[in-house]
Amino acid sequence: MAAVAQAQNPIIRWEYIVDEWDQIVRAVLQHLELTVIAVAIGFVLSAALAAIALRYGWTAGPISGFTAFLYTIPSVALFAILVPYFGFSRWSAIVPLAIYTLLIIETNIVEGFAAVPPDVRDAADGMGMTPLRRVLRVELPLALPYIITGLRIAVVSTVGLVTVAAIIGQGGLGRLILDGLRRTFWTPMTIGAALSILLALALDGLIYAIGRKATPWAHRSGGSG
Amino acid sequence: MHALGRRSTISSVAITLRGVSKRFDGSDTDAVSGLDLDIAAGSIVVLIGPSGCGKTTTLRMINRLIEPTAGTIEIGGVDVTERPKEELRRDIGYVIQQVGLFPHHTIGTNIATVPRMLGWDKDRIRERTHELAMLVGLDETLLDRYPDELSGGQQQRVGVARALAADPPVLLMDEPFGAVDPIVRTRLQDELLALQEQVDKTIVLVTHDIDEALKVGDRIALLNVGGILEQYATPDALLRDPANDFVESFVGEDRSMKRLQLKTVADLPHERGPVVEVASPIAEAEAVMARYSSEWIGVVDDSRFLGWVSGADLASSETLAEAPRSLPAAQVTSDSTLRSAMQVIMTSHTSVAIIDDDGRFGGVVTLESIRAGLDTGDGLL
Repeated sequence: MAAVAQAQNPIIRWEYIVDEWDQIVRAVLQHLELTVIAVAIGFVLSAALAAIALRYGWTAGPISGFTAFLYTIPSVALFAILVPYFGFSRWSAIVPLAIYTLLIIETNIVEGFAAVPPDVRDAADGMGMTPLRRVLRVELPLALPYIITGLRIAVVSTVGLVTVAAIIGQGGLGRLILDGLRRTFWTPMTIGAALSILLALALDGLIYAIGRKATPWAHRSGGSG
Repeated sequence: MHALGRRSTISSVAITLRGVSKRFDGSDTDAVSGLDLDIAAGSIVVLIGPSGCGKTTTLRMINRLIEPTAGTIEIGGVDVTERPKEELRRDIGYVIQQVGLFPHHTIGTNIATVPRMLGWDKDRIRERTHELAMLVGLDETLLDRYPDELSGGQQQRVGVARALAADPPVLLMDEPFGAVDPIVRTRLQDELLALQEQVDKTIVLVTHDIDEALKVGDRIALLNVGGILEQYATPDALLRDPANDFVESFVGEDRSMKRLQLKTVADLPHERGPVVEVASPIAEAEAVMARYSSEWIGVVDDSRFLGWVSGADLASSETLAEAPRSLPAAQVTSDSTLRSAMQVIMTSHTSVAIIDDDGRFGGVVTLESIRAGLDTGDGLL
């Protein structure tokens, strides 16, 4: 009985890929789009919040408390809450996704700047750098590894969260998964989940590679390179 | 206004502190109080004292990393507050203990920090970078490396090269050799002194190491807690005439030994000693020996020292030239420290050391002359 069911509903049915190719491609592209826009918005907001936290030290606690609070809101609820405002548009998905990145990215930016060695800052001032030049030429590059790490975590977690947005009719690959669940049809679920994982790994690898390229000093030890 | 801007025409400048005080926010005592200090152009002045004496605060007020609460600081006769802070600092070399190299910049780019801010063109920067690498004894292949790939001593050399990059007339050094091991420290101190011979900067150096202060300082400002100047004098004067008990205990109990380390044979009054020309008659040699109540007579040929002849050998010889000579066991050079000269004399059988500079006889040194040398100042006061 179970064997028969298994035969009729295998983990993956390859004809599906051929038949539904266009839909799969569209799902991947939407997934990518939602992720990139959400993380980009999240990054800009995080940078602004981090700048405030770093400039006015007393705000650092309240800001990280607030972003942590936002992070605790269940994603299903947050997607649903925004529908009355944005309808079933992609913004109902992007806004919560962006909000969830704040805690991760803002924290990493602040940590990155805090990790700049005090003697390096002192030397920069002592040699006559203006504060702006010091931030752009010294502190930002040195904070970059932390910022890159924050972006990687944010992107990986966002790719996963995008699937949840399928409940409001968005969600890229999440729609394949939801479709499979509704029909108890394994193939779209398997494909949706697998592609979501691959997308997360690919984006993570891409940012890692960009980060490595941008911080050559952090990857040289011993040899002259 | 822009006196310091004309770098090429000014090799070094004097620094003057007048009534400089600093009280930090939230503190009810002064970190530095009413400090007057005249730092001569082209000299090395060491600020030293126990922790809390305000030596680093004083240094950092010169390039306005800290602003004084009261008083004025002038560099080359120009009040430091007359120019924007950043512009002032580009004219002042700055070296710190942890070096503070930019980890994301290559050694070459680190050295070029100030020239790049001043807008020098690429060729000029490249030329200057290589010149500085040579000056501080850095292999040019290191210029493309990152700071993490260098040893502590090499990093400190880069720190000095970076501070000198735009040829500033003033160099501020905050415990520059504090983070390296004693052997490297000694070498870097020697290199600093050799470097100063070439660059002739006005250097203010902070240290907590009295031996370093005595070694590198032309003058030492000894500060007490609260930034009170206890004594400002040459190293020799500080050791010879400590102004008070605090100074005396700070410089240590072995003051005489330190002075021996500080002064060289060249500081002693010239003494030719019981020495005659090789062509002199025996009678003259005997007369000189009698005058010095010496059992030995030194023989020189023009400016070259040939050896010592004992009284007994002299008596049994026809001429001075034939008398058997023992080569000098004890010899020093003009730049030997009195301490090493003393060491040489103590271990020789003549109780006299000859001064030999590249084969040229320059007189003798005895324990008596060393002791007499310590009774006098160094002439700088």
